[in-house]
Order: sequence, then structure tokens, then C-alpha cells
Amino acid sequence: MPRKPIKQFSVEWLQILDERGQPDRRLLPPLSTKEIQSFYEWMILSRVFDERALALQREGRLGTYAPVRGQEATQVGSAYALGPADWVFPAFREMGVGIVRGIPMRMLFQYWAGDERGSEIPLHRHYFPTSIPVGTHIPHAVGAAWAAKLRKDPVVVAAYFGDGATSKGDFHEAMNMAGVFRLPVVFFCQNNQWAISVPVRRQTAAQTLAQKAIGYGFDGIQVDGNDIFAVYQAAKEAVEKARSGGGPTFIECLTYRMADHTTADDATRYRTEEMLKPWIAKDPIERLRKFMEMQNLWTPAYGEQVRAEAERRVAESVKEFEEQPPPDPADMFRYTYYELTPPLKEQMDELLNSLRGGRRKAEGEKPDA
Amino acid sequence: MAKLNIVQAVNQGLQQEMERNPNVVILGEDVGRDGGVFRVTEGLLERFGEDRVIDTPLSESGIVGISIGMAVYGLVPVAEIQFMGFLYAAMEQLISHASRIRTRSRGRYHCPMVVRTPYGAGIHAPEHHSESTEAMLVHTPGLKVVAPSSPYEAKGLLISAIRDPDPVIFLEPAKIYRAIKEDVPDEAYAIPLGIARRVREGDDLTMISWGAMLRPTVEAATHAATEGISAEVIDLRTLSPMDSEAILASVRKTGRVVVVHEAPRTGGLGGEIAALIAERALDYLKAPIARVTGFDTAVPLLRMEDYYLPNKERVLQAIHHVMEF
Repeated sequence: MPRKPIKQFSVEWLQILDERGQPDRRLLPPLSTKEIQSFYEWMILSRVFDERALALQREGRLGTYAPVRGQEATQVGSAYALGPADWVFPAFREMGVGIVRGIPMRMLFQYWAGDERGSEIPLHRHYFPTSIPVGTHIPHAVGAAWAAKLRKDPVVVAAYFGDGATSKGDFHEAMNMAGVFRLPVVFFCQNNQWAISVPVRRQTAAQTLAQKAIGYGFDGIQVDGNDIFAVYQAAKEAVEKARSGGGPTFIECLTYRMADHTTADDATRYRTEEMLKPWIAKDPIERLRKFMEMQNLWTPAYGEQVRAEAERRVAESVKEFEEQPPPDPADMFRYTYYELTPPLKEQMDELLNSLRGGRRKAEGEKPDA
Repeated sequence: MAKLNIVQAVNQGLQQEMERNPNVVILGEDVGRDGGVFRVTEGLLERFGEDRVIDTPLSESGIVGISIGMAVYGLVPVAEIQFMGFLYAAMEQLISHASRIRTRSRGRYHCPMVVRTPYGAGIHAPEHHSESTEAMLVHTPGLKVVAPSSPYEAKGLLISAIRDPDPVIFLEPAKIYRAIKEDVPDEAYAIPLGIARRVREGDDLTMISWGAMLRPTVEAATHAATEGISAEVIDLRTLSPMDSEAILASVRKTGRVVVVHEAPRTGGLGGEIAALIAERALDYLKAPIARVTGFDTAVPLLRMEDYYLPNKERVLQAIHHVMEF
């Protein structure tokens, strides 16, 4: 009874555009000129939004902000592969995804300015509010996918998270359930190689994150996350597979967090210029631009026009966001339960009464009319 | 009308709500083929099929997290966590997500789900099977917490929990799962959440309890009556939101209070109830408030659990203590 391998696995890498923007023509997805331009325009919009958000934060007009810079191809390419009926469960650094899904930028600014009205996301966008605790929203995506499957809705659910999340227990529990029940989920892991200061090598001894999927009984693929064609192609295949009952896919998008973790972070404490440099050369927007230029889809005039349009839209959103009236303090209480409970009603009255400069009531005493 | 125990009453409530609402699904460990380790979900898999009664992997955080996703999509998941001691793995899902989805989305999404779990000591089980840490849940805004004390109560409160638009933690008193049989109506009925029940009327003192501890509380009150002490007993039923008015109305009448719970004393709900009374009914008090509780220790294994759990004698001593004033 000799020892023998009973199962062997491999992990695929996908890159379509190299760093110089040269495509592998056999792998190029069948995209129209308009679609390729859309990719470029969404990425520029995401970048301009990001730059403006950082500037606003420095001026004290936003709270702590988590920049997207460097992950635009990963976010735009994956979001573009989803249909309008599909659902997205983002973490907190997915503004590029949100913009493609049609979330008003005014709301994204509001959210990062600490105004909860920024999370009043229109329901038909199927875009769940921001989830801060790392990885704990992944089971929600799996649960929604399960519900969709039970209802026989042709819906695919996308979960977005980073490399750090793959170390969390909820990642495991969610991946495991998705595999066991063959659920229509796509796991988009943006491996930006940093969880604040901890590099991905401290998250796992595995050579790739993609191979983790093998342990859950479904496919994982590693794609060049700065190559929007590769991200889009892998996402498209995974979405189609999920929609046709083929179960989940894990897509590791290998990318890089080019900025600090958030505006409260200082990456120079743990990352040298030398480490960042090669990734500046791999900038996802620049890569697509080079490709488009070679295809005569990009000219300096077009580039300027795209940037000017993005700046105009972002400026308009900033204006809209800053014109919002201040939030109503009673809102703090309104959404805790379907109806205000008696204790919450009393506490709300206590706050409102104190804001009016009223005398502190005895507990249970009726507020002034 | 049939005489049912709590296991049977909960089972009937689940079955009737699943028949009434096709969105209700059950999920958890061993809830399907095995019918649950306490047999609470027995027969439901056969009746409703694998899509609605789901045996999950051993994955508490996953069960609760997935229930949240199902709930926001439009289902009404009723998750079972096998014992309250295993719920801790899912606390982040409850505290950071289930309780806040409505707030975070400003009412765009809500999370109508129930997490059922057997709680409490007295079942001669291994470590971690005897927990009563309801205060952690009550301390979490956005959750509702219910602890029934009898079969009739269990069915009616469960039906309300399933119909409630907010996440409800339904704590089933394991010690008395099969200890009490009482008449339970055949049809579905709902006992509203947030309203306490006066179990026994009295004038000399107010006793407040819930779940499995209601039993020694009533036993002590019955005994006290033979000594000429008239005790009013309140079953809180819903721990969050708490029925403050029922507590205060009784205390204003009696002026003496004994709170009985099996959870550890420090930070337990007895302290919250005492604070409520001190804030709103201090003038009516004739005696210090007494608490009869579990101790601030780990729940001991079965050889010592009877020392830990409040019983009729300890409750009676507390009654005598407050009557001395």
C-alpha cells in the first residue's frame, strides 16, 4: 500500500496587460471602445475623489479617511463585472466600487465626514453600508447569497475585503459555508499587501491567498490587481459561474496600498520609499492609459477632458455635501429599533430637553411640552 | 389545548410560524436530522425540507453572521446556538452588526432574526453549558432579549420574537425545558414583547425574576404566605426593553424588593433594576433592595452547581431579610 498523492492542486495567475500596457491579445476580453474608456473614466473619477477627500481631511472638512489610491483597477474592474441586481458587501476602502455602483459621491463624502446620512444608500443600488470591523461582514454576503439561492433569484453577491481579513475567523466561517452550500458569492480579496503596518507575509505563510479557496472546495485565482482587464475577466467568469449555479470563487487581486492606511496613519514608520517605488511604476491607471494610447484611444486632450469632468463632478458633490443641513440629534435614537422603546424615548427627551437648556427632570418625569 | 412542556411548546411555535410565513428558516448545528440536541426542532426538517431547516457546519459566528445576511435580504432566520456558552463566538456579529444594521443604514435595512439558545445551570452538563450572561446582551442597544419561564409563555413570546422586526435573542431556560407541563393553546398566539407579567399578587414585597429562576421565586413566595407574608411576583419575560412601569408600580405598592437571577451578581440585571427603583421610587422603599443571584465565579461543574444556583431557601432568607425593616 504505497504512499501516493490522492489530490493535487494548482493556483492560476492571470495578467492581461503588462506594466508597459502591452496586452496578451489571446486573453483580451471582448470590450468595446466605449467600455474601455469607461474603465479609464471610472478609475480617474475614483482617483480624483480620493485626492479631494485627502485634501478635505487635511482642511478639517472630513474625518479620518481611508484612501483607495493604487486599488482603482481592482475596484472598478470587479464592480463593472456585476449586474445591477447583484449585491455588494463592501468593507471600508471601497469608494471606487461604490462610485461604479452609482452611490452618490455626496453620500461618500458625508459618510467620511461622520454624517450618518451618508449611509442612506438607495436600496436599489444593492450596496450595503460600510463595515469597519475587518472581515466580519463576509458572512453577511454569504447569508444574502444563500437567501437569494433559496428564493431562486438570479443574484450574485460580491464580498470585498483585504489581505488582513483572511486571517480572521469570520473569513474562514464564511468561506466554509459558501463552499459547503455552493452559494452564488464572489470573494474579492484586495491584497494590497498591508494591514496598517503589518505586511501580508505576517498574515500567512501561504505563497498566495488564492490557494486558501482550495481548502474550502472551490476555485481561487490570483490576478494582477493593477491590470483592470485581468480583474474584469476573472470577475466576469466568477460572476457567470455563480449565476449559473457553479458556486463561489475567490479572487485574489494582487495590488498595493499606495497611500497611508488612513489619514491617521503614517506609513513612513514602517515602509520605505524604495518599497513603494516599483508600485508607482505599476500604477493601474497609467497602465491602462499606455494601452489606450497605443490603441489610439487616448490623447492628451482626451486625458485632460476626462480629468476636468471628474474634477467638476467631484467639486459638485463636495458642494452638495457641504450644503446639507446639520443632522437632527434625535436621529441618534430613531433607528435603534423599529419603534422607539420606552427607555429610549425617555433618553431622547432627556437629550432634547438638555439642548433646550431645560432643567434636568427627575427620572420618569414628563418632559416640557 | 394540550399539556406541553417548553420543548414541545417552542417546537409548536416554530412550526406554526414556518407554516404562516414562508420566509422563516431555521439554521444551526444539529437542528435538522437530529432535531436539535434538546429536540426542540424535532420533526421540522421532515415537514419543511432542507431548504428551510438547515444543518450548518459547526460555526457559531458563521451561523449568526449568515443569519444577518439572510435577514437583510428578506428572510426571517431563526438560528439556534446550541448552548449560551457557545454564543460568545458570535458576540461580535450580534454587537457589531445585528444590533446596528438598522442604525448603520438609517433604517434602509433591518435585521428581523431570532437567535434561540438554551441558557442557565442545573442540567448537569459539562463546563460552558450553564451560562446565564444575559446582561451582556441587554447592554447592547439594538437587541431585544427575551427569557420565558413556562411552556405557555415560551410559545407566545417566541411567536412575537419571530414576528418582531428587530433582532431578538430568545433565552430558553434549559433547566425547566421538560420540568413544567401546562395547557398551551393549539393555535398560534403572540405575547407582546416588553410587557412583564404579574404571576402572583401581594402587598408586602415585590419579587422580580425571569426564566428558570421564577420557579424558586414562586416557591419561596408560596412558603412566605404560610408565614403571613404577602409577596407579589413579577416575571419580567422581556429583559430588553424592560417593563419599568410594571416594576415601579409594584414597588410603589409594596416598598420592598427581592430580585432573583442566576447570573453573576456584579453587573447583573439585578443592579439595573435596583438603580431603576432608586431613581424613581426611592421614597417608597421601606427596606434595602435584596439580590439573590449566582456568584461572581465561573458556574461550577455539576457537583457544585446546586450551591451556585439560587434556590427556595436562599430566596426565603432574602424575603425574611427585607421584612425585618
